[in-house]
Amino acid sequence: MMRFLFAAILMLTAGYGVDALAAAEGLATPWQLNFQPAASPVMAKFVSMHHFLLILITVITLFVFALLAYVCLRFNRKANPVPSKNAHNTTIEILWTVIPVLILIAIAIPSFRLFFGCVHTIGCTEDGKPANVDLTLKVVGYQWYWNYEYPDHQIQYDSYMKKEADLAPGEPRLLAVDNPIVVPVNANVRVLVTGGDVIHAFAMPAFGVKIDAVPGRLNETWFRAEKEGTYYGQCSELCGRLHGFMPIQIEVVSKERFDQWIEQKKKQLSSNNGAESVRAEVQQ
Amino acid sequence: MGHDASHDAPKGLTRWLCSTNHKDIGTLYIIFALIAGLLGAAFSVMLRMELMEPGDQYFGGNYQFYNVCLTAHALLMVFFLIMPALIGGFGNWFVPLMIGAPDMAFPRMNNISFWLLVPSIILLITSAFVGAGEARGVGTGWTIYPPLSVVDANHRGIALDLAIFSLHLAGISSILGAINFIVTIFNMRTPGMTLAKMPLFAWAILITAFLLLLALPVLGGAITMLLTDRNLGTNFFNPAGGGDPVLFQHLFWFFGHPEVYVLILPAFGIISEVVSTFSRKPVFGYLGMVGAMSCIGVLGFVVWAHHMFTVGLSANVQAYYMFATMVIAVPTGIKIFSWIATMWGGSIEFKTPMLFAIGFIFLFTVGGVTGVVLANSALDIPMQDTYYVVAHFHYTMSLGALFGIFTAFYYWIGKMSGYQYKEWMGKVHFWTFFIGTNLTFFPQHFLGLAGMPRRIPDYTDVYAGWNYWSSIGSFISAGSAIWFLIVVLELFLAKRKAGNNPWGDGAKTIEWTVSSPPAFHSFETQPKFEQAGHAHH
Repeated sequence: MMRFLFAAILMLTAGYGVDALAAAEGLATPWQLNFQPAASPVMAKFVSMHHFLLILITVITLFVFALLAYVCLRFNRKANPVPSKNAHNTTIEILWTVIPVLILIAIAIPSFRLFFGCVHTIGCTEDGKPANVDLTLKVVGYQWYWNYEYPDHQIQYDSYMKKEADLAPGEPRLLAVDNPIVVPVNANVRVLVTGGDVIHAFAMPAFGVKIDAVPGRLNETWFRAEKEGTYYGQCSELCGRLHGFMPIQIEVVSKERFDQWIEQKKKQLSSNNGAESVRAEVQQ
Repeated sequence: MGHDASHDAPKGLTRWLCSTNHKDIGTLYIIFALIAGLLGAAFSVMLRMELMEPGDQYFGGNYQFYNVCLTAHALLMVFFLIMPALIGGFGNWFVPLMIGAPDMAFPRMNNISFWLLVPSIILLITSAFVGAGEARGVGTGWTIYPPLSVVDANHRGIALDLAIFSLHLAGISSILGAINFIVTIFNMRTPGMTLAKMPLFAWAILITAFLLLLALPVLGGAITMLLTDRNLGTNFFNPAGGGDPVLFQHLFWFFGHPEVYVLILPAFGIISEVVSTFSRKPVFGYLGMVGAMSCIGVLGFVVWAHHMFTVGLSANVQAYYMFATMVIAVPTGIKIFSWIATMWGGSIEFKTPMLFAIGFIFLFTVGGVTGVVLANSALDIPMQDTYYVVAHFHYTMSLGALFGIFTAFYYWIGKMSGYQYKEWMGKVHFWTFFIGTNLTFFPQHFLGLAGMPRRIPDYTDVYAGWNYWSSIGSFISAGSAIWFLIVVLELFLAKRKAGNNPWGDGAKTIEWTVSSPPAFHSFETQPKFEQAGHAHH
């Protein structure tokens, strides 16, 4: 019992590290306007791509607004009682076809590069060659919880949302789970995802990860978490009654802590005769 | 000289149940759409009340019911408000008038199209009440993806089958209507009105009709396969039996993407008519507008998998869809700029229809640019299934299509009823609706970026701030809708005569040459179509 408690406490605190404010990381802040701070290279690139696009679309929208404001002020009935009959201008029609095409090309080039080079190349390396996979994580979505397996280490367990009464101080409601994923920092983690009953979706905003968990299909994605901390995501495909209540929690820890955690988890799971450890009841 | 029309006109049940008159059928569609729209709006207010604050409030923890409400909201708005109002309502009323045709090519089939919607909506509403205990209603989202819609414990009953039959009927209604519009527009234009001289609203309806004709049968196929998977032991979407859940998504979105263009193209047509009328100028670049709508229609069929960017499709396939989706921004941009160019040099009067039209141009641009952001398959990953997507499609739908419906209403209500609305009341409706809808949906962009998923009944406390204001916005919009009902009531009570043409010399299409309302048979003789004032090719 004491051993179990020790293991549980160690596991729970593993992700917090020294910084007590780490609990505030890995989820949104009130009144947030933009993405959560990126904790992976892919997400960092998403953030900057979005920044670029946001500037572009704001300029375009303000431009349209300015044009509308101008025509309303300059060509209202009082200011311009006699309308012109002009309904053609080939030059301007060419311009407003070609310039949007050029803008789209300017968007597409970095977007394709990001998509092929980073999203679909493990490691997001400079030379475009896939890097080594350091850890494989298998994820199965069920109604309404996740099952995680570490084939490299032969452990497997379920992860349920914590009920409000079971939350530790500082843990966010509807996001904290009983058995989070734990990964070492700066490891290239390959994630294999499938669904056990209906379609779910595994998502981690801070890592830029989202992939559907489809029954009968094995989907693959990857991430590299570059900052230790606790991160939260939520199921992102409507999967029934408790779709909003099957969150994902990832603890990113040092390599040493990760190795310790693996050992503890193995012991914990075998001491329960292979059954999952304490499972929080699903919120009714 | 034609015969006296008045002794021809049927009355009572014959007139309204067995109509073969495009104007009466259009009226039926508009009244139907109004009722369905109010119901759909009521559901959305319920959802926003629940989401106003974190925690469980009004739904009492009944999350299945929450999902039923969000499903019903979408199905009602798409199939029973926007499509009936724009296509069945304004399309039926004004396409024959605008092209100088005495009625639609198949007047009785027109009636069938309308009346099919009644059992269709009854089936949908009934579905919400069938099922034992918690397993009641359809709570799968309007996308009804399997395996959720096949194996989920709460969806084993007949509710979902009723919803499938509801969609079958609505689909047949639209396919028949599409046939009617295509044949009418191709064959019954008055002499002198070549396709290249036809009003842009008629063009918009023509292209929409082709989209419906080609896309709806695929939906019919998909939902029938779902029905047999659910009831007859087939395995189209069941991996254990050799099927694939993703197949349903391909079939659904092959319909689903053209469907969103079905929802917006008629509004594009209306905006063209109204901007031209109130600027007293012909639409800039008529052929470019026709070309743009046609491109949007065709391209709309080859971009469907941008709704599936996180399903696990291969990278090359996703790259194609990203590229094709971005291309659609070009013809759409052409339209926005052409409307502005129409106003440029014009003599603009800011009556209520014009306010809604200008609002549309700006707000559809906002919705459109977030669509360009979402089109990027990489950037879509953190945005898929979040409130960013919800914001995008509500900007294009609520602040696009619905603004288009109100534009059409204020533009044409005098013609349809003979009574004109009160101008200041219309303007109050516009401003309250503009403020309400923007307050509702703009903050949802922030929620989506911050990571809030969609289709959830409760959220972690950090999302409370923007959710609160979004809900306030929805209440303002609801108040605006009630004000709209008052505007409608007032115009029917005050009975101010609209006259043939309340809009002056900017209104150049044929409907403004007949009385308000038009006679039961609109034209005693075939209307002569002259080009005076219209600089078409």
